[in-house]
This record gives sequence, C-alpha cells and structure tokens, in this order.
Amino acid sequence: MNSNGSTSANRPGPPLWLLAELTYRCPLQCPYCSNPTNLAAIKDEMSTDQWLQVIRQAREMGAAQLGFSGGEPLVRQDLEELVAEGRKLGYYTNLITSGMGLTDERVAALRDAGLDHIQLSFQSSSEEINNTFAGSGKAFEQKLKIAKAVKAQGYPMVLNFVLHRHNIDQVGEMLALSEALDADYVELANTQYHGWALNNRDSLMPSVEQLERAEAVTNAYRDKHKGGMKLYFVVPDYYETRPKPCMNGWGSMFLTVAPDGLALPCHSARDLPMDFPDLRETSVSDVWFESEAFNKFRGNDWMNEPCRSCPEKEKDFGGCRCQAFLLTGDAANADPVCEKSPHHGQIAEAVERANCHTNIAEAPLLFRNVANSKNLIARG
Amino acid sequence: MLEKTAVPALRNHFRFQWEPAQDCHVLLYPEGMIKLNGSAGEIMSCCDGERTIDGIIDMLAAKFPEAPDLSADVLDFFKVAHEQQWIDFS
Repeated sequence: MNSNGSTSANRPGPPLWLLAELTYRCPLQCPYCSNPTNLAAIKDEMSTDQWLQVIRQAREMGAAQLGFSGGEPLVRQDLEELVAEGRKLGYYTNLITSGMGLTDERVAALRDAGLDHIQLSFQSSSEEINNTFAGSGKAFEQKLKIAKAVKAQGYPMVLNFVLHRHNIDQVGEMLALSEALDADYVELANTQYHGWALNNRDSLMPSVEQLERAEAVTNAYRDKHKGGMKLYFVVPDYYETRPKPCMNGWGSMFLTVAPDGLALPCHSARDLPMDFPDLRETSVSDVWFESEAFNKFRGNDWMNEPCRSCPEKEKDFGGCRCQAFLLTGDAANADPVCEKSPHHGQIAEAVERANCHTNIAEAPLLFRNVANSKNLIARG
Repeated sequence: MLEKTAVPALRNHFRFQWEPAQDCHVLLYPEGMIKLNGSAGEIMSCCDGERTIDGIIDMLAAKFPEAPDLSADVLDFFKVAHEQQWIDFS
C-alpha cells in the first residue's frame, strides 16, 4: 500500500493489512513455505467466532485489506462465512491459495460471499517441476482447472510463482502460461530465505546469471505488452547491497494472525525468540498499540550500529528483523543483506556458493511437512 | 485526445469507497490501496460507469457552484486514472 501507516513519530497509524493465517494444515509441501518450521507443535486453531471478532476489531481500527492465507485456507469449512463478514464490513477480501481442494461450486460460493480476488500459487510452468516442489502428483492439473474456473467466474486473478534455481530459467514459460490463463497480475517472487527456505538455501538460491536472465525476460515482456498483465518481480534480497524496508517497518501497517491467535508483525516473526500477544486473550487494539512485541522495533531507538548512525535508517528500517536474528542471533542487528553489516560475509558466502554450484541436484530438499517439522523440533 | 463523451468506468478489480480511518476516498485492489485526494474522490463519486465525462463535469458544477470551470481538472484526472489502469473508457 502506498501509505506509510503512521500519523506521528510516537503514535503508529492503524493496521491497514490483516493477514489471517487460518490454518497451518496444507496438502502441499513446498520447501520454501513461509510457515514456521515448528508448525507440528502448533495444533490449535481459533474458532469461527474468535476469527470474526479479530476481523471486526481490525476493521474498526481501519484495516482495509483482509488476506485469507495458511497453510491452505480452503481447509477451513468456515472460510465462506469469514469472507462474507469481511466483505460486509468493507474490507477488500483476498484469498491466497494453492487451489488444492477448490471446486467450481466453492469458487461460486466464495463469489456469493463477496470475495474480491483470488491469488493462486504455481510452483512452476512445468508439470513435473511443479508437482515435485508441491510434493503432490495432482497439483499442476488441479491448478490449471482452478485458474480457468476463477476467471470464468469473473474474479481478478493474481498468479504467484515463487522463484528459485530450479524454476527461475522458466520465467518466459511462466509468463506464457499466465497469459494463456488470462491472469491480471503475475508475481514472480524470489524465495525469501527464512524458515523452511533457509534450511534449503543452498538448493534453492539462483546464480547471478540466472537472476539476470530472468529479469531481462521479465523486462522484455513488460516492454512488449504495455497495458497487459501487471508483473511484479521480486529479487532475492541476498543479491542486494541494501536491505528491503521489511513490512514497511515493524508494526507500521501489517498484522498477521497465526492459526492459534498469536498476533505477529509479519508471517515469519514466529521464529523470533519473543513473546507475541494472543488474540484469544487480548484485543487487536491492545496488541497493536500497547503490546511490548509490537512496540519493540518501532521507531529507531532499538537499533544497534551500523543502523543507529546510518543516514538510510528511515528508508529501510534496518531491513528484516527475522533475517537479522536468523543469521546473526540478534534481531536488533542490521539485516546482514546490508553491505555495512559486519555479518554481510555470510550473505556473500551463500551467494558465492550459489554461483560456483554446478550440480544443482546435489543437495536434497527438506520438504515442509509434519514429519520434517517434528525432526527439526527434536534437533532444536 | 480524451473526448468528453467518453464514459469512464472503474476496472473490475478495483473498488472505490470512503475510508473513515484514512479520512479520504480510496481505491482498493488486490493487496493494495490508493488514497485519493479530495477532488479525485469527488470526481470518482460521480463515476458510475454510465455517466459521460461531460455528465460528471455538470454534476460537479451543480454540487460546487462557487468553483471555477472544472473541465480541465476532470479531464486531467481521467487521463491519469486511465494511464494508471484504474479505469476503462467506453
């Protein structure tokens, strides 16, 4: 959103984006999933009434975008009811789905409930790679079927491809597929290396040549098809020299609610060693304005050097807190993507490995599933 | 050159509404929001997919009788809105 979400230096603006991660259950096993790696230990899910309460409270504060995500949100049988309430309250309602389990009937029921938009993920434009990464032999065929149903029923459709070294060379084919399916927007988003993806980083990171080719194909398509599908290309931040302004600042506009009601400033924050407030016990307003967790990285008093004295600190907020913690052990450090970070060497090494890595099949992928989650928990 | 007989209509994935928390009209679209300034909000309030640009100018002139000629502002707004792919013309 093109708003900084804050009204004064001290008092943050309201949340503008509510991301409702309804469940961690998912029929797919993508090895770059943004869900926490300890998802096997989190079995509670909020009830319909608890979700309705969160949705109402956030809207009252001013949230305008409501995303239903997961896991796979279609697993929840009350999805239509939650969409209907969100739409009635004036939210723009977004369903972020793998398409698994979706049927023509359910696409229609969601339309009747007032759903505004569907974002459908593909793992690749090739059936074989798609199904390997999804961990399901039926995924690609189902996604094609659902993309057609989504458009036939008049929704705007965003197709999302998460890019990595095994599929980034197919960006041209992905765009051709998106055009054939009549997508309105296409997100070509490189993997962000947190959680599951960090465990698979050496297998997933593209080389600089791959990245440059993919960007060139994307730019050529944009030039040739002005006024056509809108394309968003997200580079892997490891190839940047300055960090991204993650979430537009901690607790500035995004509120993620985990399946069990934990309130998070972003969907990866659960990996941080912090206590996050529980929306089953606290109101959205108290969480947003009063909780220690949401205030922890607001403003810039929390910053360590080199961020503290950096002239760019208001521009990028020191980058991503999760990445800072995962790679340096301290969430208040500079995101090591930044060249000024004393930990930037770790990024440079990972990039170097990606660029001298000749046999792409050598590292086995760790798929996102309950068994692997239990193993990761056991290993600590 | 934009004709005043053109009928502007919001593209189907956009929604126009008043947002009390923002104290302005906004356009909502997949995962995003555009905040409109006061005059853009007034213009979009008259845009119903049936009225011509001329009709919209007349409607605004009736609503704001003190205002100077609004034609240029309205045309400029629709030109930008079309470039931004918020609206189509028929």
